[in-house]
Amino acid sequence: MNNIALRMLTGDRAKYLGLIFAIAFCTFLLENQTSIFAGILRRTGSQILDVTDAEVWVMDPRTEYFEQTKALKDTDVNRVRGVDGVAWAVRLFKGNPVARTPDGKFAASFCLGLDDATLTGVPRTMLLGSWERLREPDAIVIDKAGYVLLFPDEPLRIDRTLEINDHKAVIVGISDASAPFLSWPVIHTRYSQAVNFVGRERTQLSYVIARPSSGVSAQELTRRIQAQTGLRARTTDEFRWDCIRYYLKNTGIPINFGITIGIALIVGTVVAGQTFYLFTLENLKQFGALKAIGVSNWRLTRMVILQALTVGGIGFSLGTGMAALFFEITLQKIATRGLVLMWQNVLLTLGCIFLVIIIASLLSIRRVIVLEPAEVFRG
Amino acid sequence: MDQTNSLAVSTRTLRKRFGGNGATVDALRGVDFEARYGELTFIVGPSGCGKTTLLSVITGLLDPTEGEVALFGEQPHLLSPNQQIEFRRRNLGFVFQQYNLLPALTASENAAVPLIAAGMKWSEAVDRANALLDHLGLGHRRDSLPKKLSGGEQQRVAIARALVHEPRLVVCDEPTAALDHATGEKVMELLSAKAVHPDRAVIVVTHDSRVFHYADVIAEMDDGRIKKNERMHKEVLV
Repeated sequence: MNNIALRMLTGDRAKYLGLIFAIAFCTFLLENQTSIFAGILRRTGSQILDVTDAEVWVMDPRTEYFEQTKALKDTDVNRVRGVDGVAWAVRLFKGNPVARTPDGKFAASFCLGLDDATLTGVPRTMLLGSWERLREPDAIVIDKAGYVLLFPDEPLRIDRTLEINDHKAVIVGISDASAPFLSWPVIHTRYSQAVNFVGRERTQLSYVIARPSSGVSAQELTRRIQAQTGLRARTTDEFRWDCIRYYLKNTGIPINFGITIGIALIVGTVVAGQTFYLFTLENLKQFGALKAIGVSNWRLTRMVILQALTVGGIGFSLGTGMAALFFEITLQKIATRGLVLMWQNVLLTLGCIFLVIIIASLLSIRRVIVLEPAEVFRG
Repeated sequence: MDQTNSLAVSTRTLRKRFGGNGATVDALRGVDFEARYGELTFIVGPSGCGKTTLLSVITGLLDPTEGEVALFGEQPHLLSPNQQIEFRRRNLGFVFQQYNLLPALTASENAAVPLIAAGMKWSEAVDRANALLDHLGLGHRRDSLPKKLSGGEQQRVAIARALVHEPRLVVCDEPTAALDHATGEKVMELLSAKAVHPDRAVIVVTHDSRVFHYADVIAEMDDGRIKKNERMHKEVLV
């Protein structure tokens, strides 16, 4: 009977393909939008994740996310170092100076000032040049996307100069730093230089980044730092999630994406569900004949479920393939780098599609079950 | 075992009422009906007289409101729902007015459906259906889809589907209603020649008086009752 169910399904080619494509596009939309949504949110913590040396971030108690910093006192780094369980702690500066090329092209940037002595937090993967040269005067490392933004259509080249807030900056390396939330250049330089780029203020220390000594967990160290210094201390992962939560709560991103995802789900459910329901309705006469012949309701239910799972499975696979192709193409582009099809989103979409299929099947099954086999005698 | 002329189907004071809360319709009002093995029994009468309802109750597709239905000595409406389905699958063959073939299946696959529903392997069921289609003169159309078949051919496939599992009772609901007279005659000839069997009863519901001469017995219904039961003398009529 399974073979009969599948033949009934594929017999009307137009409806069969219509069903598959409705589910495929619903899948594509859901996976596409949820992955872009997750990717954009992940970008809010890119610069935190890029600092792989440190496990603990210390900040002013009122700092809620990476972009919003209230400067610490210079002496705070020593207070953190004094906490039992700290292997090391160094300064990290974050500012947004404007970078300008000799041709006059300019862009606001994420400028990260690293501890002069250790260069902790420097991007380890360099596409060109060397991060060790950051010790040279006026040296900066810029990310590839930032370089392309400032020097469009030009090959990657080091030893070029930029002007940052009236200060000369020499590009000694080009990094592949993760894409920030805003498409600004990511510039790494020494702490002492970064504060000059931005302009002296009374206090300028954005963060203290630290690592626990062996035997102390990052979580435990954050508790100790908070208790002893009164500063806010977060593990890398906690701080990244703080940023995501902040953007979720305080921006229109979740609403915008939520609407698109909701519409995709509703349209997908309605189109796929209605098409499948109509398909069953049109086959009611045949189901009635099968009932009269002696096929049980349970058997017919299994036939309908098999039909629904078949179109659902094929549609979902096709839609996932389309989404994977989309991200494969956009992954290479500067503006959309880092946005990938995440397995969690595939799983979430699979759940949604399964729900759509179950709803459509239940409606259809109900019609088949309540169908009086005697109906087949009515011409 | 040849059971010719012994009773295959009988109903006693059969009543069927539809609806409730005052808006009821008595479709059957005490029907006494019999059909014998080896005979072609026609149920005739005007539209709305209860022919199809009687057929539905006999085949177990509807439960009687009152009275008794016996098929081959058993009372199927007293069986559990699952047993009723099994009983129907094993013992009954159906020919519908609108054929009700599955459009996605070929003629031989359509004819094989009762065997497949009973759990027989697909290839074996189709082989048996092919043999029957050959026997019914439709061998050359076995791989055609229903939409490629004429009305008469579709009804012959439906007859093959009704006979393939060798049921003890074949019921035909207006089998010629959707066909022109010549094709209807051919279908009735086929039914009379191939469906009627010493171990099988055939009941045909029709109001097509042009095919009455194929009947062994005609039960004439009106207003939910059997008005007249008449045994035909075929040799004279033919």
